[in-house]
Amino acid sequence: MAAASDMTVSFLRQTPAARLPTPALRGGVAGWLRASLFSSPFNIALTLLCALLIARAVPPLIRFFLIDANWSGSDREACLPSAGNPDPGACWAFVRVWLSYFVYGFYPIGQRWRVDLFLAALALGVVWLLWLGAPRRGIGAIYFFIVLPVLSLILLAGLPAIGLSFVPTNLWGGILVTIVVATVGMVVSLPLGILLALARRSHLPMVKWLAVAFIEFVRGVPLITVLFMASVMLPLFVPEQLAPDKLVRALIGVAMFASAYMAEVVRGGLNAIPRGQYEAAEALGLSYWRMNALVILPQALRVTLPNIVNTFIGLFKDTTLVFIVGIFDFLRTVEAAHSDPRWASPEIGVTGYAFAALFYFVCCYAMSRYARRVELRLARRGGREHDRERRDG
Amino acid sequence: MSDVARASPRLPPHRERRGLDASWLVLQVALFAVIAGLIGAAGYNAAQNLAKANIAHGFGFWNNTAGFDISQTLIDYSSSTSTFGHAFWVGLLNTLLIAGVGIVLATILGFVIGIARLSRNWLVARLAGGYVEVIRNIPLLLQLLFWYNAVLKALPEMRGSIALPLGGFLNNRGLFLPKPVFAPDFEAVVIALAVGIAAAIGWRIWAKRYQARTGEQMPIVLPALAVIFGLPFIVFVVAGKPLTFGIPDMGRFNIRGGLEILPELAALLFALTVYTAAFIAEVVRAGVLAVPAGQIEAAQTLGLRAGGTLRLVVVPQAMRVIVPPLTSQYLNLIKNSSLAVAIGYPDLVQVFAGSVLNITGQAVEVIAITMAVYLFISLVTSLLMNFYGRIVAVAER
Repeated sequence: MAAASDMTVSFLRQTPAARLPTPALRGGVAGWLRASLFSSPFNIALTLLCALLIARAVPPLIRFFLIDANWSGSDREACLPSAGNPDPGACWAFVRVWLSYFVYGFYPIGQRWRVDLFLAALALGVVWLLWLGAPRRGIGAIYFFIVLPVLSLILLAGLPAIGLSFVPTNLWGGILVTIVVATVGMVVSLPLGILLALARRSHLPMVKWLAVAFIEFVRGVPLITVLFMASVMLPLFVPEQLAPDKLVRALIGVAMFASAYMAEVVRGGLNAIPRGQYEAAEALGLSYWRMNALVILPQALRVTLPNIVNTFIGLFKDTTLVFIVGIFDFLRTVEAAHSDPRWASPEIGVTGYAFAALFYFVCCYAMSRYARRVELRLARRGGREHDRERRDG
Repeated sequence: MSDVARASPRLPPHRERRGLDASWLVLQVALFAVIAGLIGAAGYNAAQNLAKANIAHGFGFWNNTAGFDISQTLIDYSSSTSTFGHAFWVGLLNTLLIAGVGIVLATILGFVIGIARLSRNWLVARLAGGYVEVIRNIPLLLQLLFWYNAVLKALPEMRGSIALPLGGFLNNRGLFLPKPVFAPDFEAVVIALAVGIAAAIGWRIWAKRYQARTGEQMPIVLPALAVIFGLPFIVFVVAGKPLTFGIPDMGRFNIRGGLEILPELAALLFALTVYTAAFIAEVVRAGVLAVPAGQIEAAQTLGLRAGGTLRLVVVPQAMRVIVPPLTSQYLNLIKNSSLAVAIGYPDLVQVFAGSVLNITGQAVEVIAITMAVYLFISLVTSLLMNFYGRIVAVAER
């Protein structure tokens, strides 16, 4: 209180103090280097070890896949050691020659425009569904889950009545089959997974226990055994004349498998919906199905979209397993091309696998980036809503 | 308002009243009838089709002579005398071998990479991150075929074997290592090891009590290590070193003696370890990040050193988050080991759902048994997980 008489004395600075320079070893490039690479003897050792590893591994890889690689040619001669290239690298010429086989399998050459059209139609559906700002996404969903499957079946298998000749599935192959298997898995597993998730949360004991049994059974066994079951046991379970085609059997197995996993993902989304939403929907007098279709599922699916995409990445990688039950998917066509005697050379194996790995990596990485972005967007939106609630309340 | 008024008199159908509501009961009965009908029809068709193909049914084949060879057998097995039942156990043991070794290796690699991803060293974190992204986004089957066909099969032939230190060989027929040969006296060393571990545990308990009583800390780690490794070593020397190694001996066409690791086993182990480790790394990273920074700051405020902070504060809380998804990665590894069939490693699926199924033709029984094994492993694991979850939940407030 005594200080009150001193109020007139100015004890505050009137001008800002001169800025001190940044400590030499904290800011800037040098500081970053020190903090993130050379902060302690152990860290220095780790950094040197990693640098050594990169220096040892990266240049040979670049040399093998780019500098010493052979890019053109029509048979193994192109990829054998020669005077100009005594230690040949990857044989991309092999991939170029076989590329159409990798994409279409044995699909008749004159009919391949149908595959291209299918891929374009699929791309349209995927963009429509995944681009969150796309117009009329409801119609997009109908297109993807109802129109597209019918259209694809007619396009790929053929319908002689409208002039599209019949193409048996044993001629399908390569990336076409990989994408067909993944798409069928997706188109079947999402609706079926939603139904199973709802069934598992149902209060009807019969419905609930059937769903639990199916989901836990499928999730408890390896996909290969499900595929074996589909390809060996399924033909036994139906009358002989109805025995499904080999590809269809694998598709049934994959769809069953994916549905069980999708059901758990959707259930996770359903669990995230607050109870008040159910109560509000009931208070409005909505029936069970309308409540789920109009109130619960739109929110649950939005929340769980990143998980759905991640499940789909798993499904996409798992499509390679149809290889084992004798379906010519992309990986199997690569494997088959390896045994071509016209191309027999030591580099073929690595080149083929590298090409396949690149394909799967690009697809899966793009999807996982997308999932990450949606997740961040949801988190931001959730944060905003949270802030608004706090402000209002 | 009018919409609500019209709809409101009806109670929500799926709450409270459902047990009484006849329509829901009818639905359930109808569902049951449909499922039962489908199973019945499938069974009838299967019986018809199998009878037409002249294939036996039932589990009688279990005791029939198998008549096929298996490239790796952990128990006695011969194609001429052993039964399909024996083949089943051989396959199952091979699956458990790959699962056990794979889980240990993947856990070690996964924890190292997960922690490396969190390192403050930019280069280390980036390298670990790159590893995870690349490995996770390439199908396991592709990686497996790569290791098997492009790496192991491209190794030199028998004659050009790569000699490894300590008398091992590596070639395209597998990895040949010195094989430990245990003399009968070796049991004493094992007993000494057990005694050493027991003594170390006893010492730790005593040291903790002593610290509680007097506040004085006794060294624990060094004496424990000394007794665990020292005691068996002394016994080993005293007993006259009852352990020799069978060095592989390279002949013209074959390598005799030594421990042979099939290329199939090596490729499968390598692919499963590398693949699963990427997923375990993510689990570990998420677990460590789940420990709030305030916990670490609080531990430092209490004066704990870096080691104590990690051991007493971070790890116990991180493990609570890590263990459940870690277990599901272990289950994935076990299920993924069935990819063995693609390269011909004789695991359960390859031996049983492959060879036995082809010979007997009894698809229903064979596939059912195979699935039952995996289902059993999964269910037991998830029961244990629930149990663990309950223990951890008790520790929480």
